[in-house]
Amino acid sequence: MDDLITEFLTETNESLGELDLDLVKLEQNPNDKDLLSNIFRLMHTIKGTCGFLGLPRLEKVAHHAENIMGRFRDGELEVTPEYVTLIFESLDCIKDIMSAIEDTGEEPAGDDSDLIERLDAVYEGRDVKTDNAPEPANEPEQEPVSSALEPDEHGFTPTLAPSHPDYHKQQQAEEPPQPEQEPVAEASPPKEEVKDEEPPAEKVEKTSAVAAQSLRVNVDVLEDLMTMVSELVLTRNQLLQTARHNKETEFEAPLQRLNHVVSELQEGVMKTRMQPIGNAWSKLPRIIRDLSMELGKKIDLKMTGQDTELDRQVLEMIKDPLTHMVRNSADHGIEMPDERAATGKPETGSIWLNAYHEGGHIIIEIKDDGKGLNTEKIKEKILNNGLATAEELEAMSAQQIHQHVFKAGFSTAEKVTAVSGRGVGMDVVRTNIEKIGGSIELLSKEGEGSTFSIKIPLTLAIVSALIVEAAAEKFAIPQLVVRELVLLNEKSDNKVEFIKGSPVLRLRDQLLPLVYLDNVLSLQGGKSVESEEDVESLDPENQYIVVTQIGAYLFGIIVDKVFDTEEIVVKPVAGVLKEIEMFSGNTILGDGSVIMILDPAGIAKASGELEAGESRDTEQEELEASIASDKTSLLLFKAGDTAPKAVPLSLVARLEEIKLTDIEYSDDKAVIQYRDELMALIPFYPSMDLNADARKPVLVFTDNGRSMGLIIDSILDIVDIVIDVQLQGTTPGLMGSAIIDGKATDIVDIGHYLRSHNKDWFKTHGDEPYGEKDAGSTRILLVDDSPFFRNMLTPLLKVAGYNVTTMESAVDALKVCESGERFDMIISDIEMPEMDGFEFAEKLRASNDWKDTPLLALSSHATPQDIDRGQEVGFSRYIAKFDKDTLLSTINQTLVDISNDTRKMS
Amino acid sequence: MSAEASGFLETNTDDAKDNATGMNTRKEYLSIHINDQMFGIPILQVQDVLGEQKITQIPLASSAIAGSLNLRGRIVTAIDVRKCLGLPRTETTSKDMSVVVEHNGELYSLIIDSIGDVLSLKIKDFEKNPATLDPLWRDISQGIFRLENNLLVVLDIPKLLSTIH
Repeated sequence: MDDLITEFLTETNESLGELDLDLVKLEQNPNDKDLLSNIFRLMHTIKGTCGFLGLPRLEKVAHHAENIMGRFRDGELEVTPEYVTLIFESLDCIKDIMSAIEDTGEEPAGDDSDLIERLDAVYEGRDVKTDNAPEPANEPEQEPVSSALEPDEHGFTPTLAPSHPDYHKQQQAEEPPQPEQEPVAEASPPKEEVKDEEPPAEKVEKTSAVAAQSLRVNVDVLEDLMTMVSELVLTRNQLLQTARHNKETEFEAPLQRLNHVVSELQEGVMKTRMQPIGNAWSKLPRIIRDLSMELGKKIDLKMTGQDTELDRQVLEMIKDPLTHMVRNSADHGIEMPDERAATGKPETGSIWLNAYHEGGHIIIEIKDDGKGLNTEKIKEKILNNGLATAEELEAMSAQQIHQHVFKAGFSTAEKVTAVSGRGVGMDVVRTNIEKIGGSIELLSKEGEGSTFSIKIPLTLAIVSALIVEAAAEKFAIPQLVVRELVLLNEKSDNKVEFIKGSPVLRLRDQLLPLVYLDNVLSLQGGKSVESEEDVESLDPENQYIVVTQIGAYLFGIIVDKVFDTEEIVVKPVAGVLKEIEMFSGNTILGDGSVIMILDPAGIAKASGELEAGESRDTEQEELEASIASDKTSLLLFKAGDTAPKAVPLSLVARLEEIKLTDIEYSDDKAVIQYRDELMALIPFYPSMDLNADARKPVLVFTDNGRSMGLIIDSILDIVDIVIDVQLQGTTPGLMGSAIIDGKATDIVDIGHYLRSHNKDWFKTHGDEPYGEKDAGSTRILLVDDSPFFRNMLTPLLKVAGYNVTTMESAVDALKVCESGERFDMIISDIEMPEMDGFEFAEKLRASNDWKDTPLLALSSHATPQDIDRGQEVGFSRYIAKFDKDTLLSTINQTLVDISNDTRKMS
Repeated sequence: MSAEASGFLETNTDDAKDNATGMNTRKEYLSIHINDQMFGIPILQVQDVLGEQKITQIPLASSAIAGSLNLRGRIVTAIDVRKCLGLPRTETTSKDMSVVVEHNGELYSLIIDSIGDVLSLKIKDFEKNPATLDPLWRDISQGIFRLENNLLVVLDIPKLLSTIH
């Protein structure tokens, strides 16, 4: 049977039991308002669920019974035993239908028009007081109601909410008997109904088998169980610790057993709380189906990872936000089919729902390929609501602007539909998710769709926490918010800087606001740190930065020590401590000590960030960085003079730190034992003092299993930038200078250092240039608009023994080629201004002189289409820009192939 | 329980007259000492008596909160009663004892100097707070018992805890 139906049966059976009791009570206290509204609510729920599940017969009965109760509730109808009996009759009818559903999984055929008619008669006040058991046969002319005759059509008609303007219209249309009266096909039911009027005791007794299969346990019971198991685990840990000290006790065996049992018990209890996330999703396909009908859109809901399990408490908390977000995606995200077709998308929009585990968390992604967020509209709304000024908006990234949808009262939907758009959505979603220690992120591209990703803890009862220490006090930070740890000491290059007393850290390419935990908590013995001098007075070995993320807001908490992560059982703080925002709870560690759990949101607030989620979104930037093809990762370091130096990170195999005292000398060259091999070391500048007792960082370059280390003074940073060489280098070893992070930075020609160490560094590939005798006579034309690559590849090729000519544009290169120069091979970049590589190749191939010359394409990113196109226009091979091994071997291979061809021909 | 039983016995033997009105003539208190002053805590509110404990400090909390401790797996908030009473912390009274009480389903451990006996006191010896009593004390005291050599201030635990914020 459908899971939904099973759930419905279990739930409705419970409601019906409750209704029975309540109705009896109501008969005794007809004026009990609370009771009345409770009854009304129960019946309403049954009706609503039936309509939702497409059970028209049930819905109809419940609907008409509800009408009467509505009148009871509004005081328009007096509660009399006759009416109550009538309601009981409806309940029995519902029960009958339900047991049939339980047996067959489908709503049985049947007709309840008699019962409905009598219900309606009461509802419309047509009944005569004394006529408590109307003989339907006597008044057939009143019987048929149009809606009763066509249950299939009307059953699926969505019932409008009472607040809906059309509600009353619908009511009017439905309620009055239709003028044309048709006899009911099955005339027999009336008899049954009459029988049913006697209190149907045995029927009430009959309990549902489905309901008996599962046991509903109060959450508190499970919660208590969980707490007790946690205590048991703690006690066991203590026992085990004690037993470890005195070995060979007779307790050892029973303790071991206890250990196992407790572990299993813990697992079992945890399992009772775990439910597959599919449970929260089960209603979504239906919702989407109905929505797409209602909105006239074509929507395909794809769900993956339904089996991902999470704590039921968490599940309950995210059920509504998830439903809301999926509705949102369907309502606002996905466009109408014709709009989609116009923009070249498939008519059917897709919504993907995906859940998976990741490091103790569950990630839920809701993705649609709709129109994405409309940045302009949000901007307008922000201005209208006075949330930011026009200047502030100007400075915001699209990402930051999008974050505003999580604010209260924010909806950009032009019209409020019944589905969503009331502006009470996303902020509630965010609040709910943050309440359970989760976070929500939004990534949207106009025209391409939006992705929401929700990160939530697996369970609320047990969380993984990082134990830290500040001013000799230990605290726990929920692992969920910890993004990374940064070590601050003399050796590392991370340094806390101050802007008018506020500490910040340069973390890669962004400024990270910092807080000192001991300051925030005003710990005794905490230090007041407001300047660089203060920092120097601190113990340099004892500083860690816990980089914490709340929503999209990143900040660092400086602590003295970082211990392990521990699984902790979160307990609420005592009432007298509730007002302190810095703590989200407390717990007992394995050693029995009590420890406070920090609330990162509280600390973020204390750090001055009131509204999380407005900050830059790092992931977005990472994404942008990865998309931007012209950016290069550079490793910045210091060596010798003050100017920072840079090398492409892709060339560096590893970063190591060595003790200078470990350096040995062989054949007058500095070497070090590194991974059981000797690695040659080259100081970056000759005057470097290698005899000092110090540690120095080393950039390790490896090639064909051989390593070489370049000793430098310190590593500064890694940046992703577009390299723009401003000055060509004149000093050997430097390619030139560029501005990086606002500083003049020397771009280092690694090739120079490698050659100075070993003349044949590049020749060890087994790919000696073709024709050893006339090495240097092989002429290569290199065309690349980027000076950086020209400068990187030229020495590489030269060292490999080729005669290289470089051209910075295809136009120039073409001129040179046409001027009668001879080249054995041409290597060309693809993305170039004016004339790109494809065009260049086409032009070249058109000329008789060049139609057979090997032509290699060089590109930083090659898609299969590019490669196809490249081959079409005449490129022989396609090589990735950074892959120097392949480049060299390809050049060699190509030349060898040609030579063979020529030989064969001759 | 035994204290209650002995109290019951005493009522029977000591004060036969009061017996007519039943048990209501006597009440039992755990006597405690802070800075040589005797206090009483209604015995039924006492959950536990603890010796010195390892206490975790709670930053930013009120100064009357000494910290929290682990009592058989439950987290107990330790209250420095001296602070609540505005009494100085003296060097001589270093031996910390504490009495654990329950309030609103949470456990609190009241740190005091020393624990005395369980006393069964006659209600007729009870008096309201004297008008001259320190206002701070008046808030957290139910009244005073006149003992033979001593005066016993009855602590009103809920009020005491509500003063902390």
